[in-house]
Amino acid sequence: MKKLALLTLALAMSSGVAVADTIKIGVVGPFSGPAALQGRNFQAGIDAWLALHGNKIGNNTIEIVYRDLPAADPAKSAAVTRDLIVGEGVQYLAGYYYTPDAMAAAPILVEGNVPMVVFNAATSAIMNASPYVVRTSFTTWQTSTPMASVARERGIKKAITVVTDYGPGVDAESAFVKGFKDAGGEIVASVRMPMNTNDFSPIMQRIKDSGAEAVFAFLPSGPATLGFMKSFAENGLRKAGVTLLAPGDLTQESDLPALRDSALGTLTTFHYAVSHDSQENKAFVEAASKAIGDPANLSFPAVGAYDGMYVISKMIEATGGKQDAKAAVEAVKGLSWTSPRGPVTINPQNRHITQNIYLREVAEDNGKYINKEIRTFEKQGDPGWKAP
Amino acid sequence: MQTILSIAVDAFAYGMVLFVISIGLSVTMGLMKVVNLAHGAFAMMGGYLAAFATHQLGVPYGVAIVVAVAGTVLAAVPLERWLYRRIYGAPELTQVLMTIGVTFVIIGVANYVMGPSLKTIPLPAALEGPVDIGFRSIAAHKLFAVATGLIVAGALWVLIERTAFGVKLRASVDNAAMAGALGVRTKIVYAVSFAAAVGLAALGGVVGAQLLPIEPHYALRYMVTFLVVVSVGGAGSIPGALLACLLLGAVETTGRYLMPEFGEFFFYLAVIAIVCLFPHGLLGRAG
Repeated sequence: MKKLALLTLALAMSSGVAVADTIKIGVVGPFSGPAALQGRNFQAGIDAWLALHGNKIGNNTIEIVYRDLPAADPAKSAAVTRDLIVGEGVQYLAGYYYTPDAMAAAPILVEGNVPMVVFNAATSAIMNASPYVVRTSFTTWQTSTPMASVARERGIKKAITVVTDYGPGVDAESAFVKGFKDAGGEIVASVRMPMNTNDFSPIMQRIKDSGAEAVFAFLPSGPATLGFMKSFAENGLRKAGVTLLAPGDLTQESDLPALRDSALGTLTTFHYAVSHDSQENKAFVEAASKAIGDPANLSFPAVGAYDGMYVISKMIEATGGKQDAKAAVEAVKGLSWTSPRGPVTINPQNRHITQNIYLREVAEDNGKYINKEIRTFEKQGDPGWKAP
Repeated sequence: MQTILSIAVDAFAYGMVLFVISIGLSVTMGLMKVVNLAHGAFAMMGGYLAAFATHQLGVPYGVAIVVAVAGTVLAAVPLERWLYRRIYGAPELTQVLMTIGVTFVIIGVANYVMGPSLKTIPLPAALEGPVDIGFRSIAAHKLFAVATGLIVAGALWVLIERTAFGVKLRASVDNAAMAGALGVRTKIVYAVSFAAAVGLAALGGVVGAQLLPIEPHYALRYMVTFLVVVSVGGAGSIPGALLACLLLGAVETTGRYLMPEFGEFFFYLAVIAIVCLFPHGLLGRAG
C-alpha cells in the first residue's frame, strides 16, 4: 500500500511537471473464458472509436492497455487494476464487465488519482463506491422498469416473474414487480432460478400452473437463454397465449442467430439495438463490424465501450492530458451528446448515463433476426440509484 | 395429478439426456480406469462438428451425427496413441492434470476456430415439433434423446457382457499382463474402447445440444454434472449410470419445480446421501 502511494505520488508529480504526450488507458474485461464474446465487443467498440476519431487528442496520443479477467474475480480485479496504475502508469481505467470486479477496483481510484469509466457492469450501487466512477452502459433497473408499463398498457393483469438467482436477476425482478404493482397489476408468483439451470421444463410448468397472462424473465445473455427460449416455445406457452417480456439481455444480437424462430415476437426493453436507425449508429455499426470480424457477433457491450471512449476523450481534453482524476470527472458531469443509441447525458449527481430505453420486438429482416425498435421511452435515469 | 405426470415426463427425459452424455465417461473411468476430465471437451467437439456439418456443408441431421462421431473419434485416436497411453495405470492426479490440460487446449482451439458465440445444430422437421403423448405434449427431440439413450444402454450392455470383445476388455482391465500372456492384444483393446467412449461423448454432445447448448466453455461448464453421474451410478456400470441419471434427473426436476430458490441444494443433497450409503456408487463394484 505504502509503495503504491509513493509510486502514485511520483507519477502524479512527474505528470504535473511535464505534460505526457502518450496517455495510457487500461481496459479490464473478459477477453477469454465464458464471456469472451462480450470482451471482444469491448475491443470492437474501442477500435471503432479509434477508427472514426483517430488516436490523437490535442497533442496527446492515446494507447490502450488490455488486461484479461475471464470470470468475475474481485481479488484478481483489484490486483490487475493496481498493476495497471502502478506498473503501466495508466491515467484512465475502463471496461469492467462484472459488478464485483468494478466494486473491487473502485476503492483504489482516489488513491491512484485515476477515473474509471464502466463499459458494462450494471448494478446501481457501483456509482456510490467511488466519486471517480462514470458509467456508459445501463442498469438492470433502468432497462426493466419501462417493461412494467408496457405490460399494463397491453392489458395484462396477472404476471409471473422468472429470474436467474443473482444480483442483476434480483434487480430485474424488483424493478418489474415495483413498476407493475404501481400500475395496478398483480404478481402471481416470483420464481428465482439457480445460476446453472439447464432444463427449463419444470420452470415452464410453474408458469403454466400459475395462470399468469405474461411472464417477465431475466437471464444473463449466453447459453441459458437458448434453453429458456426453446423451452418456452416447446412447452406450448407461446401457443397458450402467454406473453414473454424481458430486458434486452435475453435477446442480445449475438444470440439471435442461434435463437432464430423461437425468439420471434419476444418483447424486450433495452438501451441499444444494433438495428437502431440513425446516422451515428450506421457509422458505428460499420466500424465496429469491421473491428469484430463477424458482424453477427456485435452486441450491446460494444456501444458502452464506444461511448466510454468518447467520455475519456472529453476528460483528456478538459485536463489537457494532465493526470487529474477530480477535474476529469467534473468535466464530464452533465455532458450530453448523440450516441449510436440516441441522445444521452451523464447525470451530474450519480455519473450514470441517462438515455432512451426502447421497446423492441424480435423480427425477421431480410433473413436476419433483429431487435426492431417499436417505441421510445425518453430520458430514462436509473430508478435503482439512491443517494448514499 | 397432471402436473405430477408432467414433472415425471420431464424428469425422465432430462435423466436420459444426462445418460447419453455421461455414459462414455463411465466407460473410461470404470473400465479403463482413466479419470478423463476431457470427456466434456470431446462432447463439445462432436457438437461443433455437427454444427459445422449442418450449417456449412448443409448435410441432414442424421449425417451430421455420423460426421460428428467419426470426426471426434478420428481426432481422438492420435491423442490415445501419444498421450492417453502414457497415463494408463498412472496415479489419478497425473491423469487429472493431463486431461484437464487437454480440455483447455480443446477449448482454446474451439474458441479460435469456431468463435466465441453459441452454435446450434438445426433439427430435422420430424424432431422439431411437439409430440402429443396423451395428457400433454413433449418436444420430439427429447423423445429422440430418450430413444438414443435406451439404444446406447442396450448396445453397450450386450457389447461388454455378451461379446468376445467384452470378455477381452474386462480381462485387460482386471490384469493386463495376464491377458496379454493369454494372447489378448491389450493395446488394441484399450484403443478401441477409448475410441468408443469418445464416440459416445460426441454422440451425447450432439443429441444433448438442445438442453446443453454448444459453446466454447461447454467442456468445463458441465464437467461436474458428468462426474457426479459416474460417481453416483458406479463407474463402469451401465445399469448403474442409467439408474443414477434417472434418479438425479427426478430429484433435480422436482426440486426445480417445487423450490427453485433452493438452487441445486436437493441435487447435491441426494448425491451426498447416495455416496454415503453406496461408496462405490449405486451399482459399482468394490475395488
